[in-house]
Order: sequence, then C-alpha cells, then structure tokens
Amino acid sequence: MWQRWRERFIEKTIAASGMFSIIVVILIFLFLLKEGLALFRTVPMTDFLGGDRWYPISEPPRFGVLPLILGSCVVTLGAIVLAVPVSIASALFISEIAAGWAKDALKTGIELLAAIPSVVLGFLGMAVLAPWIKYLFQLPTGLTALTGSIILALMAMPTIVSITEDALAAVPRGYREAALALGATRWQMMSRVLLPAARPGILAAVMLGIGRVIGETMAVMMVTGNAAVIPRSVLQPVRTMTATIAAEMGEAVRGSDHYFALFAIGIVLFAISFLLNAAADLFLHQERH
Amino acid sequence: MSQPKLQVEHLNLSYGPFHALNDITMAIAPRQVTAMIGPSGCGKSSLLRCFNRMNELIEQARMTGRILLDGEDITQTATPLVTLRKRIGMVFQRPNPFPLSIFENLAFGVRIHELAAGRAIPQIVEHSLQAVGLWDPLKDRLRRSALRLSLEQQQRLCIARLLAVQPEVLLMDEPCSALDPIATAKVEELIHQLKREYTIVIVTHNMQQAARVSDATGFLLLGELIEFDATERIFTAPRDPRTEAYITGRFG
Repeated sequence: MWQRWRERFIEKTIAASGMFSIIVVILIFLFLLKEGLALFRTVPMTDFLGGDRWYPISEPPRFGVLPLILGSCVVTLGAIVLAVPVSIASALFISEIAAGWAKDALKTGIELLAAIPSVVLGFLGMAVLAPWIKYLFQLPTGLTALTGSIILALMAMPTIVSITEDALAAVPRGYREAALALGATRWQMMSRVLLPAARPGILAAVMLGIGRVIGETMAVMMVTGNAAVIPRSVLQPVRTMTATIAAEMGEAVRGSDHYFALFAIGIVLFAISFLLNAAADLFLHQERH
Repeated sequence: MSQPKLQVEHLNLSYGPFHALNDITMAIAPRQVTAMIGPSGCGKSSLLRCFNRMNELIEQARMTGRILLDGEDITQTATPLVTLRKRIGMVFQRPNPFPLSIFENLAFGVRIHELAAGRAIPQIVEHSLQAVGLWDPLKDRLRRSALRLSLEQQQRLCIARLLAVQPEVLLMDEPCSALDPIATAKVEELIHQLKREYTIVIVTHNMQQAARVSDATGFLLLGELIEFDATERIFTAPRDPRTEAYITGRFG
C-alpha cells in the first residue's frame, strides 16, 4: 500500500518536471501577448508593423517597428552569408579531411568559440573590428550592420559547424565508398554526394544558426551603432529588435505605450524564433526518414 | 591462355600487424567470371579491394607485390587512381545507390569523368539501364529517388552506374548477400550476360553461386590462395584436401 503510493508520487513528480518547461514557455508567451497586445488599444497594428519611424519618446510618439525588423534582418542575413560557407567548409574539413590531432584541435577550437561570452566578442568588435571597418571603407563610424554581421557570424559558426558535422557523420560510409570506387576525387565525392545527402541536416544547422543570431543582444548592441533608421546599406549603423528592447526597457515607464511596444517587439521576435525552430525541426525530422 | 586481364604477383597485404594476404599469385582471364571463395575473414574482400586500391582508405593498410592490368603495374604510387577506378569498377555487398534521383545516380560517373555532356548523357543513362534490364520498368520514373527502389533494383542500378563509365573489369563483393533467392537468381543471370563484355571478379560466401556463375574459382584460407583453377575442377576434383573440406561443407 505504502509502496504503491510512493511509486505514484515519484511518477507524478517526474511527469510534473517534464511538463514544467512547456508550462513556462506557455506562461511566458501568454505574458508577452498580454503586455504586447495592450499596445494595440491605442496604436493601430498597421502603424506598428508598417511604420518606418521608431520615436518612442517624442511627442506624439511613433512606434514603427519596420526599421528594427529590417535592422535585425540585415545583420542576421549578413552574418549567415558570412558564416554558412565557412562553417560548412570547416565541418567538411573536420569530418572528411582532418585526422588525429588536427581534428581534435579544430573541434576544441570551435567549441571554445562558443564558450566566449557574447559581451567579450562585442567588446572586441568595438575595440578592434570597428576601427578597421571605419578605416577600410572610409566611413564616419565603424559601428555598422557589417560589423555586427561579422561578430554574429563568429557566434553562429559553432552551432552550424557542429550540427553540419553531425549530419555529415550520419551519411552512410557506403556512399563515400561508392563514389570513390567510381573514380571520384575526394572533392567530387564531397560536393556531389556527401553534401546533397546531408542537406536536410545542413538546412537545420543553418536555421538554428539564424535562430542563434537573431536572438543575440549584447554583442549587436555594442557594435551596430543603434540608429533606428531603415538600413540602405550594410555600411550604415542599424538597430536590431533585441538591442532596442535591451536598451529601452530600463527607461520605459511601466504601463506606458512605450513599455507595451517593447513587449510587442518581443512577440515579433518570439514568432520569428518559433518559426525558425519549427523549420529546423522539420528538416531534422525529414532527415530521419 | 591469352594474356590475362589481371595478373597478381606475390601480393601481400597487411593491416598494421595483421597479415591479411600472403604471397598471392594468380592470373584472371579476360571476359570470364572469376570467383573467390573462402570462409569469413580469409581475405577475399581484401584481395578484391587491392584491384581498385580501395584498401588505401584504411590508414594502416600496406600492400607489396605487383598487380598488372593488361600488363601494366597498377600498384605504383604514380598510378592515377581516378583512371584506375574508372577502368575497374566495384559493386558492394549492400546496394549503395546515392540519395539522388535514378537519373543522377547513373549520370554521376559520366559527369565526374567528363565522358559526355548535354544530350549524350540521357543516352548513356538509357543504355546502362537497358544493360541491366531496368530501362522498361524505370524509364518513366528517372526523376524519382533511387532509394525508393527494391534492394534488387538498387543493386542492378549500382551495376548500371558502373557500366555508364565503360569499365573493363567489374569487382563484385558478395553482390547478392542482401538479396532474396529470386532476386539473387536474377542478378546471377545478369552477371552471366555481362561477362560477354566485361571481366568479372566476384567474391562470394555462397559456393553454389560460385559454381553457377564462374568460370574459374580461387579458394582462399587465412590469407593464402590454396587453390586456383577452372571452376569445374575445383568443385569436382580439388587437388588440396582443404579445398575439398571447404566445398563439402566441413568448415566455413
């Protein structure tokens, strides 16, 4: 009798722990929705999503989130364009070419890259990268979308490399042997057989890399210059959604439109991350079949 | 006998400290099926992988001796592996079509060796599929993934993929071991047809299969070539008592 109660109690506790994370996600989402949607009592949704001016404390305030969404997109796109080719090449090198100590050293190096706190990368971006970019392109400031993209590319690389490497490792040895036995060179084998075979995994890696980049806050806030204007080139300062929330939340009056608007940005970010993760899941799922 | 297609001279192969093949000397006649039989681990697959130098993918593999293809030594460091493997193709134990479409599987070798371009590629694809009897069942499904085919069709496709690069020798490493008896019979029939144009070396576990498909048979035991002769002779009047013991099923 006692034994049965104990078993049930333990089972329920384990189940509750399992449910905990889902419940937390749902609660966070509900809280975001409640606070964010409050904005639309006073500001029309079209002004928020379609507005090209973000002047939250002018009179009257303008809550156009378009410059911030585009800012995030430009920085993220730049980071992915930079990170994906390098990451896939590194993953190929680690999984197919490197052997022994080179392989171990590279894997450790890439793991260490993931271990660098983002604020440190932001600091390096500010102190080292920004002056270079300023000098190289003869700009008034080195704090640009490009600077952010480069720093974020470094942060996305570990994710993309390690997931791509897993995808490559999961490609059956038979494919490699078949290609080589047909007289393919190593590069032909990799480009024509291995990469297509690992494509779902690589797409998932890219999606998760984008997710990592778009949610990053501290480093981008430090290096992108934070000008809330619609970006016309990657050599302009931009401001991302994450940086806006981080920079302004401390000053926004609780319960004001500004405060609600920041939560509304949170909803947009949440929706984007959710879609990216869902897409990555879809690709990984596809790979298993 | 005319000049052998492949001449093996004092071939030794070791993986680190393990001596896998010991002083093998044999001659493989052109346009015949040569079967290698022997118990697991006797070195028959290793021998096969010497011919297209696939053993070199294994780090510690070391090969000495000579293998002559049409009289030309192919064990030199200077031997171009790409050309060698185009001339000597291989069919594996498990069918391993690429996870691409049927068409792309067949076009793969043509493309990497730049044998043809443009409209000539579909022609080669058609010919190779016809040669293995897959053209009629598959001609309307060339864009479909090759992984959706049955195992037997996959193995035929792998053979067709080889034929597309116009090899001279086909190495087959237990090509039927993943197939059921009916599929096996069909693939054996195909091997029989292919020997009109190709020199075939087949490794098999299955002695009936060796007896059915091959003209010459070699018996390997613990890395040594115990006996190599016409298939008929090996199965009716083997000279070595170990061969007799093996083919009558006393071990292996």
